[in-house]
Amino acid sequence: MTTTATTSIVVDNVSKTFRYQAHPTLKKVLQDKFRGNSTSQTFQALSGVSFEVQQGESIGLMGLNGSGKSTLLKLVSGVMRPDEGEVLTRGRISGLIATGAGFHNELSGRDNIYMNAAMLGMTKDETDAKFDDIAAFADVGRFLDTPVGNYSSGMFARLGFSVAVHVDCDIFIADEVLAVGDRPFKRKCLKRMKEIRESGITMFYVSHSAGSVKRMCDRAIVLEKGHVGFDGDVDEAIKFLHYDGDDDEPDGEESDEDERDDALASDI
Amino acid sequence: MSQAAGQADSVEVRHDLAHVPLVPPSRTSGVLEVFRRRYLLRLMVRREIRARYAGTAFGLAWSYINPFTRFLTFYFVFGLLLGRGSGMQNFAIHLFAGMVLVNYFTESVTAGTRSLLSNRGVIGKMAMPREMFPVASMLVSLWHAIPQLVILVIACVATGWVGDGPLWVPDAVGMAAALLGFALIMVYGTAFGLMFSCVNVIFRDFQRIVQTFINIIPFTVPMMYPYYLIADGERIPLKYHDLYVANPVAEAVMLIQRGFWIPTCDGPCVVDPLTGAELPEFVGDLYSRGLVMLVIGLVLLAVGQFVFSRLEKTVPERL
Repeated sequence: MTTTATTSIVVDNVSKTFRYQAHPTLKKVLQDKFRGNSTSQTFQALSGVSFEVQQGESIGLMGLNGSGKSTLLKLVSGVMRPDEGEVLTRGRISGLIATGAGFHNELSGRDNIYMNAAMLGMTKDETDAKFDDIAAFADVGRFLDTPVGNYSSGMFARLGFSVAVHVDCDIFIADEVLAVGDRPFKRKCLKRMKEIRESGITMFYVSHSAGSVKRMCDRAIVLEKGHVGFDGDVDEAIKFLHYDGDDDEPDGEESDEDERDDALASDI
Repeated sequence: MSQAAGQADSVEVRHDLAHVPLVPPSRTSGVLEVFRRRYLLRLMVRREIRARYAGTAFGLAWSYINPFTRFLTFYFVFGLLLGRGSGMQNFAIHLFAGMVLVNYFTESVTAGTRSLLSNRGVIGKMAMPREMFPVASMLVSLWHAIPQLVILVIACVATGWVGDGPLWVPDAVGMAAALLGFALIMVYGTAFGLMFSCVNVIFRDFQRIVQTFINIIPFTVPMMYPYYLIADGERIPLKYHDLYVANPVAEAVMLIQRGFWIPTCDGPCVVDPLTGAELPEFVGDLYSRGLVMLVIGLVLLAVGQFVFSRLEKTVPERL
């Protein structure tokens, strides 16, 4: 790991508020007015979140469902803007907020690779140069020239992941990447993400799996209802979340899965 | 990039990150950013065009079949059945020329208005200049205007060849006028597309409102009827005439008719059916009006960009 003094991401006192119902009908608005219903129509997804990330760090972002992880990722990737505070990043961002976003079902895998790469900021020459790598990694075979609408969900996800990991980026964002895909593909993903990490790219990784965060990241941030609950060592973060697994696990599958991820990650 | 891991230099050194500034990840410079990322724009336009006829056997040919049958219909209904006795020459060309630009305008505005909403999957997941979507819609519509233009040229040539009028020879002034007509629609279409696309995300009834008004557009321009009906003051008070010709679409329609329809005529294009006296085809100061409207359109485009950048901040969470 290269030690660096360059700041990669700055999140400074960021807040983000959403509305519960974005599109009330006129009838509903008038009804509320007459009845004097003034219940709060908004909720705060993030409030006063601050942290800094150095170039080359890999951050595990953890937290329960609805704690604001995805919102934070969208702010860092530039999809959304904060209501208050400031988000600053350095360099090109790539990653997966959802695999295959922007794929057009009627177009072939080949066309979609070019399209998606361009959306992530790659030029034609760059994509041409990396096309074979991307296609090989996605491993969809002859399906490369059929419309992606006909792909299986695994193939679809592979193609999306493949494009994202081949962008020559400075910050890589990964949201639940291992949710889809079979074991061989998971193995390939983890290997690839390890390479990304080792090449000095800042990584922002969201996962519920304590095992993979432990393997992938050297720092963890835990969000709790929109606040930073914990920021620091990964093991302590897992303890903080009670994800260390010795208390009652509802079914064995989760921890089983964790162990397998663990095993996978240590394989590579 | 699989070789990246093996490289000695870290990303920080390779990209010289010490000299890359820390910036907000969502920062864009508006419409200009769209032209900086021309490659993505080109891919998006191509995607829309390919997706339109994806899976059909005739493919692109549909872009020609539809306008061609429309022209034939116009020719039979307006040229042969109704056109006789109106005092106009080649009424079908008068109509079809206008239709090319009216279609271009209505398509740009309708598709532009929907552009953000129909791309919500991408907008909520990926950071890119969102001006891209209405601009791409406008360019897709422009691309669809080309087959219609080809049919129009064929119709003009055929009219001169087969009919008793002169051979169709386009003149430089006329072609410049037609080009100005296209430029007008392009600028106004983009300006409205930008403004409406954002408003439509926040207030979803908007695309229906736009649709309602768009349906009126073909009747507010001199294409299904000659200009003199508006201008002679017999049916409509003259003060409304000024309002009528202030419509940029009407102006653009007259400009393209100047380019294509006028050269097909033998002598005066429009005469009074009773007295045979020559009647005006277009508004008097056609060219200077067109240029002034182009300037106004560019101002409107700047306003559109301003509205867009104000409203688009909240777009992802409202989709």
